Amino acid sequence: MTGEPAIAVTGLVKRFGERTVVDHVSIEVARGEIVGFLGPNGSGKTTTIRMMCGLLTPDEGEGRVLGHDILHDQRAIKREVGYMTQRFSFYEDLTIEENLQFVAGVFDLPREAVASTLADLGLTSRKGQLAGSLSGGWKQRLALAACIMHRPKLLMLDEPTAGVDPKARREFWDEIHQRAAEGLTVLVSTHYMDEAERCHRINYISYGKLITQGTVAEVVRDAGLTTMVLEGPRIAEAQRMLRSMHGVEQVAPYGNSLHVIGRDGPAVRKAAQTAAEATQSKLLEAETSLEDVFIQLMGASQDNMQ
Amino acid sequence: MSTFFSWQRLRTIIRKESIQMRRDRITFAMMLGVPLMQLMLFGFAINNDPKDLPAALVVPVQDRYSRAMVTALELTGYYRFTHPAATAAEAEALIAAGDVSFVVTMPSDFGRRFERGEHPQILIEADATDPAVASGAINTIGTVANEALLREARTEAAMAENQATKVDVVIHRRYNPEGLTQYNIVPGLLGVILQMTMVMMTAMALTRETERGTMENLLSMPVTPIEIMLGKVLPFFVVGAVQVVVVLVAARLIFGVPFAGSIWLLLLGVFVFVMALVVLGYVFSTLARTQMQAMQLTFFYFLPSILLSGFMFPFSGMPTWARWIGETLPLTHFLRLIRGVMLKGADLAAIASPLLALTGFAIGFTLLALSRFRQTLD
Ligand SMILES: Nc1ncnc2c1ncn2[C@@H]1O[C@H](COP(=O)(O)OP(=O)(O)OP(=O)(O)O)[C@@H](O)[C@H]1O
Ligand SMILES: [Mg+2]
Repeated sequence: MTGEPAIAVTGLVKRFGERTVVDHVSIEVARGEIVGFLGPNGSGKTTTIRMMCGLLTPDEGEGRVLGHDILHDQRAIKREVGYMTQRFSFYEDLTIEENLQFVAGVFDLPREAVASTLADLGLTSRKGQLAGSLSGGWKQRLALAACIMHRPKLLMLDEPTAGVDPKARREFWDEIHQRAAEGLTVLVSTHYMDEAERCHRINYISYGKLITQGTVAEVVRDAGLTTMVLEGPRIAEAQRMLRSMHGVEQVAPYGNSLHVIGRDGPAVRKAAQTAAEATQSKLLEAETSLEDVFIQLMGASQDNMQ
Repeated sequence: MSTFFSWQRLRTIIRKESIQMRRDRITFAMMLGVPLMQLMLFGFAINNDPKDLPAALVVPVQDRYSRAMVTALELTGYYRFTHPAATAAEAEALIAAGDVSFVVTMPSDFGRRFERGEHPQILIEADATDPAVASGAINTIGTVANEALLREARTEAAMAENQATKVDVVIHRRYNPEGLTQYNIVPGLLGVILQMTMVMMTAMALTRETERGTMENLLSMPVTPIEIMLGKVLPFFVVGAVQVVVVLVAARLIFGVPFAGSIWLLLLGVFVFVMALVVLGYVFSTLARTQMQAMQLTFFYFLPSILLSGFMFPFSGMPTWARWIGETLPLTHFLRLIRGVMLKGADLAAIASPLLALTGFAIGFTLLALSRFRQTLD
C-alpha cells in the first residue's frame, strides 16, 4: 500500500466538443511529495485536476488516485481527497462556522473539528460572519481549512494562493510543508515561480500536453538554456539591438539589467558580447531562472500548435 | 457510514438548505406572501357579487308587463338596461361582444298569455364566461320576475288569487354551462398555489449551485444524488404545510367554503401532491443549466396546468386531446381529489384513483430526477 504512488494516471484525454483540452497527460506523484502543476492560462490544469478527483470523466486514459480507480471509485476518492477549487466555491450566504459545519457534517466529523479549525484559522471571533463578506485572502484560508478538515491523504489545490498577500502565502507554504512531512501528498497548481521552486517536483503542461516534469533543477537543466545578463545605463538600446540578433530567443529587462536567453549557447554569448560592447554595458553569465524556462516553453509550444 | 445513503449527510444538507432559504429574505417572503395575495385576489374576484350589470331587453311589444319587468329587475340592483329596446340580432351581437352581460327576451304574446293564465316564458341569457358575474344576478331572477308580474296583475285586479309562479323563467348560461362557483375555485387555488411555489423553488435547487459555482465543491464531497435531492426538496414540505394551513383557514373563515370530508384524507392527498411537485421541480432543475432556464421550464409547465387541469375550465367540457394532456398533469388529479374530499365528502375509495395517480407521478419524477442527475461537471 505505502509503495503505491498517491497519484498514478496515464494518458488522460478530455475533449470539450471539438477541442482537446487535455491531451494524453500522465502524472505520477509519490506519497508525501509536494508536486507543482504549472502551465499558462487555459492549458488544462483545472480540467486535469477535476478528472483526477472524479469531477470529470476522462474521454480516454485511466489511473489510480490513492489506490482507487478514477473511473469507477470516485466516491472513495472523494472521501480521501481534499480538493480546493480555483474559484471560491463555499456558500457565501452561510457564515464561516456554518460552512465548516456543513463540511464536518458531510464527512461525519466530530463537533470539535469545527471549533478547532476555527481556532487554527484565528477566526473564532468572526465565525458568525457571512463567508461572502470575507476578503479574498481570508476566503482562500477558509477554503483551505475546510478542505483539510477531514484529514485527507491527498490534497489537490487549484491556485490556492492567487490574490493572497506574501505573508499569508509564506504561512500557507510553511503549513503545506509541515503537513507533507507528516505524510500528506500535495498537488498544487500555481502561476508563481517562487511557489514552483518550493515544490519537490513540478509538472509543466501547455495546450493540454505535458511538456516537462522533474525537480526544478532538472527542468532548468533539460531546457538547455544559456542566460547572459547585461548591466548598464543603456540597456534599452541594447535591447533593441538584441531583438534581431541570431540565437537570441528572449530579451527581458529587469530594472537596470537585461537578460538575454537562447538555446544556442555560443550564439547567445556572441550576441550579448556584441551588444555589451556597443552600449558599454557590463556582461556576465547567469543561472537560467525557472521563469525564463517557462517563457521559453510557452513560446515553443505555441509554435507547435501552428 | 453507508456509501449510498446516510441520515447524517441528509440532515446536514437539509440544515444547510434551510439556512439558505431563510437568508434569502425576498424569496422567503414571496413563498408565504404570494399565496396569501393570490388567495385574496382570486378568491375575492370570484366571491365578489357585482351589481349594475349592463343588460338588453328584447321585447317586440312594449306593454305594462315588460315595463314592470324592467323596473323590477333594475330594482334588484343587478341589472341596468342599457339597451331596453333591442332586436334579437342586436342583442346577440351585444352579448357576443361583451357589451351586455344579460339579454332578457319576452315573447310578443307575453302579456296576453299571462292575462289568460297560461305559463308564458321569459328567456334570460347570461354571459357566464365569468361565472361570478352571472351567479348572483341569476339566482334572484325567478322570484323577482314572478313577484313583479303578480304585483302588476293585482293592481289591475284582473286576475284571481292563485296565480303564484305563473311565469317560467328560462335561464341560459352561455359559454360556461357548468357555472363554476367559488366553492369550486378556492380548493383549486390551494393546488395552484402549492404548485406555483413548490415547483418554482425546487427548480432553482441545482441551477443555483451551478450558477454560483458551489456545485463543484458540493460534488467533490462524498454526498450522493439521493441525499442531495432529498436534502433540497424536504425543506419545502414545511413551506407547503404553512401554505396549506393558510389556504384552508382562509377557505373556511373568509370564503365560507364548506368542508364535507375528512381532513386527514385531505392532508394525505396534499402530502402526495407536494411530493410529486417538489420532485418535478427538481427534475426541471436537472434539465436546466441556468436559473433562467429553470424559470422558463416552470412557466412552460404552469400555463397548461392551469388551463387544462380543470381549474379554469370544466374538465368535462374540453375536447378529448386536451383532456389527455390534462390527465398527464398532477394538478388535474389533485383538483379531483381536493374537490372530492372538501365539497363532496369523498372517502378513501372515492379518491383512490387520483391518489394513485399522484403517487405514480411522485415515483416517476423521482426516478427521472435521479437518472438525470449529473454527478460530474461534464
Ligand atoms: N466545461 C467546459 N466546457 C468547454 N470548455 C471548457 C470547459 N472547462 C474548461 N474548458 C476549456 O478548457 C481549457 C482548459 O481549461 P482549464 O480551466 O483546465 O485551464 P487552466 O490551466 O486551469 O487555466 P487557468 O490557469 O486560467 O486556471 C480552456 O480553454 C477552457 O476554455
Ligand atoms: Mg484553472
